[in-house]
Amino acid sequence: MNYEIVIGLETHVELDTQSKIFCSCGGHSSPKEPNDCVCPACSGMPGMLPVMNKHVVELAVTAGLMLNCEISRYTTFDKKNYYYPDLPCAYQITQLNHPICTNGCVSLQTSQGNRDIRIKQIHMEEDAGKLVHEGKHSYVDFNRTSVPLIEIVTQPDFHSAEEVLLYLNKLKSMFRSGGISECEEGAMRCDVNISVRPEGSEEFGVRTEIKNMSSFDAIERAIRYESQRHMDALEFGTEELVQETRRFDDVSGKTFAMRNKETEADYRYFPDANIMPIIIDDEWLEQIKATKPVAVDEKADAYREAGISEKEIEMLIHNNKLSKLLDDVIALGCGAKDAATWILTDCAGVLRKDGKSLSNLSINAEKLAAIIKLVDSGSINRNAGKKILIAVVEKDVDPVTYCKENGLDRKVDASAIESIIDKVINENPRALEDYKNGKEKAKQALFGACMKELKGAGNPAVIKELLESKLNNA
Amino acid sequence: MKYYTTQISEKGNIAIDDTILVKDVPTTAGSRILEGFKPLFSAEAVTRLENKGYGISGKTNVGEFGLDLCGEFSYYSEKEAELYGAAAQLVADGDVHGALGVDMNGSPRRAAALSKVCFLKPTYGTVSRYGIVSCAASGEQLGVYAKNVNAVSEIMAVIAGHDEKDGTSLKNESYDYATDAPVSGKSVCIVKELLEKADEETRAKIVAFAEKLRAQGVKVDEISVDFFDIANTAWQILMTAETCNNVSRYDGVKYGFRAKEYRNIDELYINTRTEGFNFLTKAVILYGSDVLSKNRYDDCYGKSLKVRRVISEKFKELTEKYDAVLTPVCSKTAYEAYDIHEAFEKVFKESVFTAVANLIGTPALVSGGVQLLGKHFGESTLLSLAGAVERMGE
Repeated sequence: MNYEIVIGLETHVELDTQSKIFCSCGGHSSPKEPNDCVCPACSGMPGMLPVMNKHVVELAVTAGLMLNCEISRYTTFDKKNYYYPDLPCAYQITQLNHPICTNGCVSLQTSQGNRDIRIKQIHMEEDAGKLVHEGKHSYVDFNRTSVPLIEIVTQPDFHSAEEVLLYLNKLKSMFRSGGISECEEGAMRCDVNISVRPEGSEEFGVRTEIKNMSSFDAIERAIRYESQRHMDALEFGTEELVQETRRFDDVSGKTFAMRNKETEADYRYFPDANIMPIIIDDEWLEQIKATKPVAVDEKADAYREAGISEKEIEMLIHNNKLSKLLDDVIALGCGAKDAATWILTDCAGVLRKDGKSLSNLSINAEKLAAIIKLVDSGSINRNAGKKILIAVVEKDVDPVTYCKENGLDRKVDASAIESIIDKVINENPRALEDYKNGKEKAKQALFGACMKELKGAGNPAVIKELLESKLNNA
Repeated sequence: MKYYTTQISEKGNIAIDDTILVKDVPTTAGSRILEGFKPLFSAEAVTRLENKGYGISGKTNVGEFGLDLCGEFSYYSEKEAELYGAAAQLVADGDVHGALGVDMNGSPRRAAALSKVCFLKPTYGTVSRYGIVSCAASGEQLGVYAKNVNAVSEIMAVIAGHDEKDGTSLKNESYDYATDAPVSGKSVCIVKELLEKADEETRAKIVAFAEKLRAQGVKVDEISVDFFDIANTAWQILMTAETCNNVSRYDGVKYGFRAKEYRNIDELYINTRTEGFNFLTKAVILYGSDVLSKNRYDDCYGKSLKVRRVISEKFKELTEKYDAVLTPVCSKTAYEAYDIHEAFEKVFKESVFTAVANLIGTPALVSGGVQLLGKHFGESTLLSLAGAVERMGE
């Protein structure tokens, strides 16, 4: 029999905010040592009250807009109760009754054509801390407690691991380009709900949930293993499927049922009275919309139209910083295709020499545009342009001044060029002789020698012309 | 009282109930579970008093998390005066100019009534809750004990006003706490159903208070109001649920008391909480977990939230007709010592007088052993009515 796999996803994404969701401790990426980034609020001391970080709301709304969701104008927080040492208050602040975004949709280009994945909701919540086990002891690290998360919940609309991965990659590139999250290792975690039914059946099969996977590779393997397990159970009666929560073991590549105790808890959700309902009025929503970056798809199309290669588009749309730099350089009057090469090839080359990558790039768009214009106008050649780029990246010099001071400018004095040409001809009587005997190659050699003397300065066309007239008159 | 300063401030010294944090001074909320806990910061109200030159004289004992009648079940109980409330007694004795307490289920109001001092539970959101050992966030308020309404008014003016550290703090910077607004022509009602729940001596107090109001030109009616019992039930459900949730952070992992014997994390939790909480807190935790559980939520917690909205409307109608509601605070003028195993039921019963103000966030003023309830931000009316009676003397 043929079977259909049905998958729904819950994806947790850490937001890139300056501070945690309910206190002023540094957010997601700041701490270095355990418990570096902890205050009385996020360590659950009595007396502290949660104060909402507005930026979290704005990023969640931006994510909702990107995923075509309805934005709730009235949104509230609830408490979810459970005991665990990494949860200092013994409750997590999350959204149950009035999540911030609902009813979204994202479309995927799969090998079987377009497929729409419905988004049930997006809600905001706080992350928990971390336990570190050393020998007989366990230590608690609260750096991650209260780091803001959004959880994106889909309807059971996926039918293969391929679709799931396409979706996750799409989320990742959207969130990067939207400044919502860099989605670094561990900052994006997934719970996968999976069931299998005979093809054509309307009813859902028994559903299992695989919790807390953070690598795409693990997600793919887990889906393949788990769907096969379900199909084997249905086809051959290898086991009886029960609705349960499972975990994926990376080493064996198998899923295992978790203890009931961890899964059947009654979380006793109830509204958090310490956080007033958040009202998103028209004015605020418009503000968020105005700052929302252009959707990835639209951006990619625009780049494609400008003649930028697919490989370069891929690099650009996943990186908000680079695409913004490119947009700025284009806005300053440079050609899109050319500018993209300067950024993705030349800048990358400069950084690579120091063992850095493009993510370390910090260059002023106006300075980069100035270099590109110097080359485009023929004032300097591309090699000179690269030399200036190195100086700009390393020492943040002014490109035009640097160009003049280092004689990279082609507009050198005509008399200087003439005297150099005379010098070269005098030093190479053999080449002159060859030229007079009709060897064109000799002219090329002399031209090369002139350029070498001029160190790349001067306009080659002018030099060529001068050289020819001199040779012919010699 | 655990003194930490003996300096006398010219402005006056203020005692702080142990449900309120004072930086570096052990704060336990009367519970063993917080034994040895030293806060890293002071409550906003405490800081505001200190900034205005008031002396903070020390911490006063409270019943565990303020859940009992008036401070009788503290782990740190000094046996004398326990049925009067430590802070209220200090104010009555003139040892301090005033005191701060957290009114979550009427405990400071009852203590004030028994000790014959004033206590104002102000409108919800007017005084920052930053730095109180929070239990029932949706209805607890920091209030003021003082010997007379003028002193209450003076201290309230210092501690009230917006605080950005409390998300429930209202935006206004100041409120009206005048004690001398004209009272002639105002109207007050006495609730028959509540009067019937009090003993003869208490009823006599209400009658005498009403007479004095009438002598000042206030119209006093005795009327029937049917929602006090249901308001109390709703608040006990919300209060126990929120308290159960808020005290769940006291688990022995981070600070305060930790059981000596445990073999794993579950035992650490269970033993710490078994030894750290008293019987009344445990009863509240059980009751609170029950009303929040999946199959009970809609009938208990969910319904109580609806009741809160209905009562809020009904109370608004009542206070459009009357400027204040005059009620007893306790069913009797003195409590006898009793066993903690009876506490949950006893407190539930007694809270019928106090719960509505916690449920809907309206102000309540205890003065002369009686209580005046008013509408949101109606503190000045309550203070002026009580002030008029106060100025007439015994």
